[in-house]
Amino acid sequence: MKTIFEKSRSGRRAGAQGAGSLSKTESKNTVNSLPAHLLRKDPVLLPEASELQVVRHYTQLSRRNFSIDTNFYPLGSCTMKYNPRGAHRAAMTSGWVDWHPLSPEESSQGALQTLFELQEALAEVTGMQAVSLTPMAGAQGEFAGVAMIRAYHESRNDHQRQEIIVPAAAHGTNPATAVMCGYKVREIPINASGDVDIDALRAAVGPNTAGLMMTNPSTCGVFERQVAEIAQIVHEVGGLLYYDGANLNAILGQARPGDMGFDVLHLNLHKTFATPHGGGGPGAGPVAANHRLAPFLPIPRVGCDNNKSYFWLTEKDAPQTIGRLSTFQGNFGVLARAFAYIQILGSEGLRQVGEFATLNANYLMARLEKAGFQLAFPNRRATHEFIISFEQEEKKWGVTAMDFAKRLLDFGIHAPTTYFPLLVPECWLIEPTETESKEELDHFVEILIQIRQEAEQDAALLKKAPFTTSVRRVDEVKAAREMILTQPLAEWMLGELSSVPSPN
Amino acid sequence: MPFIIPSFFKESYMSYIPHTTHEIEQMLEEIGVSSTEDLFDEIPNSLRCDHFNLGAGLNEYQVLRLCGERAKPQQNKLNFIGAGAYEHSIPAAVWDVVGRGEWMTAYTPYQAEASQGTLQLIFEFQTMITQLTGMEVANASLYDGATALAEAVLMAVRSSKQGKRRILIPKSVHPHYREVVRVMTQWQGITLEDIDWDPITGQITNDLKAAPEDALALVLPFPNAFGVLEEVHQWVDWAHDQNLMVIAVVNPMALALFEAPGHWGKTGADIVVGEGQPMGCPLSGGGPYFGFMCTRKSLVRHLPGRIVGRSHDLEGKVAYTLTLQAREQHIRRSKATSNICTNQGLAVSAATVFMSLLGNAGLREIAIASANNARALVAQLQPLGIKPRFTAPYFYEVALQIPSQSEKTAIELSHAVTAQGVHAGLCLETWSKELDDCWLTAVTETKSAEDINTYVRAVENIMHLDRDPQAAIPLSALASCVGITT
Repeated sequence: MKTIFEKSRSGRRAGAQGAGSLSKTESKNTVNSLPAHLLRKDPVLLPEASELQVVRHYTQLSRRNFSIDTNFYPLGSCTMKYNPRGAHRAAMTSGWVDWHPLSPEESSQGALQTLFELQEALAEVTGMQAVSLTPMAGAQGEFAGVAMIRAYHESRNDHQRQEIIVPAAAHGTNPATAVMCGYKVREIPINASGDVDIDALRAAVGPNTAGLMMTNPSTCGVFERQVAEIAQIVHEVGGLLYYDGANLNAILGQARPGDMGFDVLHLNLHKTFATPHGGGGPGAGPVAANHRLAPFLPIPRVGCDNNKSYFWLTEKDAPQTIGRLSTFQGNFGVLARAFAYIQILGSEGLRQVGEFATLNANYLMARLEKAGFQLAFPNRRATHEFIISFEQEEKKWGVTAMDFAKRLLDFGIHAPTTYFPLLVPECWLIEPTETESKEELDHFVEILIQIRQEAEQDAALLKKAPFTTSVRRVDEVKAAREMILTQPLAEWMLGELSSVPSPN
Repeated sequence: MPFIIPSFFKESYMSYIPHTTHEIEQMLEEIGVSSTEDLFDEIPNSLRCDHFNLGAGLNEYQVLRLCGERAKPQQNKLNFIGAGAYEHSIPAAVWDVVGRGEWMTAYTPYQAEASQGTLQLIFEFQTMITQLTGMEVANASLYDGATALAEAVLMAVRSSKQGKRRILIPKSVHPHYREVVRVMTQWQGITLEDIDWDPITGQITNDLKAAPEDALALVLPFPNAFGVLEEVHQWVDWAHDQNLMVIAVVNPMALALFEAPGHWGKTGADIVVGEGQPMGCPLSGGGPYFGFMCTRKSLVRHLPGRIVGRSHDLEGKVAYTLTLQAREQHIRRSKATSNICTNQGLAVSAATVFMSLLGNAGLREIAIASANNARALVAQLQPLGIKPRFTAPYFYEVALQIPSQSEKTAIELSHAVTAQGVHAGLCLETWSKELDDCWLTAVTETKSAEDINTYVRAVENIMHLDRDPQAAIPLSALASCVGITT
């Protein structure tokens, strides 16, 4: 499809936009009052298009996306569930959408109360003592949590702890975060049933251990049964436990990280609390801590006094805070969505999230196992997700997990997460979420059986898939080699360069 | 009036789950268990929780009403606070288009064939933002302006062949940005060296001779945190003479009017970052916004975050895909350029539609109208003795000094004006004790002549009231100007 630049014609305007109320003279006088040597010499070469062209272009482009609103999206570890419109509408409430983040507290009470109540609700669902809402994504929540662990040890003059332990199946953000916090990463293996290798953990911990980062349920799609023992082993040597909340959807209302012995955690509000993913953000990654780590939480947080008046907590109130992680106070728009979602679901609704996410995953796993697909952990319950491996199919017919994934797109179903976790060969991580119906799951199984038949009869077909998407299989190697990261000017100016208006 | 939840709603709940009782039975049978409880039998009993103390659910209408009630007192304030987030008009089409489910509810475009919409949009965004900044390459965005600056500092350090780790960062950079940079880089052995601002001009002090031997980069704000325009050409030349990299921190709206950082001085800035919010993101209490980051092609492998590249599909058709992913955490793990996973996809989508609708002409109009409005306010405040604190030129945000003979301090005066429905500006005492008699005030194109008049009269009224309580304009008359009821 042509880019918006290619649809641009010099001199065309969208019409109602801009601020055309100034006269030419006023405009000129204002520009003349600015230091001439700092002014722009050439105009910004942006598209020049009508409003209809812009609206049509981006509407047509949108149709080249799969999305939850249009497709089943069983992407493991990403919790692609329905994003309620009511929560979206709440974030768009007039008065909130135009709320300046540095407005005086006296004129921001409703928003502050909402943030305060969200802090309280998230503390309740995680079993922690205090919450900071400021991290703007999961990885930033991770940074906050590990930074708090570091600040805690440093506050005790315990400087020799230089290692963070991470199970091999962890998300890539875990080791990357530990390094940003100045730690060395020590990976420990998991055993054949998907649990942490306890002996390896015992051998790894010691006086150098600052902490352990863990996801539970793990990225293997199983609940770590020895979690209490793991917590004990790490705590005994003076280390702390970080919980990566990426998979909280599985245990919402069923078990709480705080009760498992974790000291600090982050939540992905764009997963468990139903904020849309927006094509890759924005999200929110609030961080929650127990009494030991609460003093180190990032600022600003919201406090409340006896008169029910709400205010920002800053360095003055929290001298041990790790400090600020965003220009203002995090992604309020995302936080307001999570608040509305929690209000709508209530205690019982939230409990059902974990219950039905788990039911859907176990049902899908049972059906796929009966259909002959190979499970990575056949003797385990699925959590909210599970892993199948195409190792046999790859050996027999040379068809990879990626080929299966691409062919699935032809049936209007988004591919599950492929090749993650890295330790299971030719794998898919499948997460149906609680908002999908039984028919949708049954349809998925039938399609997968059909694709496997195709793989057996005509492997080449799968190698060339997909066929029905807006483009066929994309050459990623060429993209990396040629590195065309912006559209070259010559492609769209079409000889119009000479007629570009002068800047003034 | 407080909002009370009708009791009959308290019994209902709503979790968007489609299952019928019959289907649940069929599914349990297929799995081979008798209840959903059995599905949790791997969780030790001691770790199970049976309920939350969060009360019953409400229906959608009730929740929206609750939010509406809470937001009501926040409506219709006449806002002149900027300080890093600016109220600009947003064309109706922006969020109408971006609000489509295909944009809102798509995931990160890892499966390129199912994500061409998002990928092409980001490619268009990368093209637009490099045009605006005069740079060669851009990433798909970072969380916000402050984290973009922190990532730029980390990137500069990674790219240093000599392993230099000292960054010169003026105190005229937004204090929250400086704090975020400190927090995010504190364990990388990086030294952040402050540079003072000149108390007369508000610009970076001019008495810098030679940079320290081990200095790696100079951070250059434009406009700076006080709205003041720095002498960027001079500083880029100075920095490059000293073998320093230049990290520019810019308001993108300023670049419609002022020289692009890629063309500053003889050689241009090396890394350009900024807060993208003015380009189509509502204020929304501080986020979601997006940070942008551009650089030279030679530094592209040090860029953090997602990048989209153009390629072909197997039929030779143009197709887009995430590229250079070997820099990122999901491949490189502990050796990644950053731990960042996300970009601010939807906010970037809004900015892309915003820039397409406005074009060069529209952005220039906004920039000029804002600069014009700021000058109109400054002129009208002059008779009250309120004037710009600094002598150097400003764009559309200005530090205003409250006269020393005023009965009220800057903070007291600000609260009194707030009570009349006008947010006059940020009290700069929170940033610097030396500026405790100042407001930082932004005037964008959204303000009409009447709005500016209302601001001036509100301040004048309080000042008169202090001197002569009889002379004040009735509060109700003033309130009607801003459309609020008292």
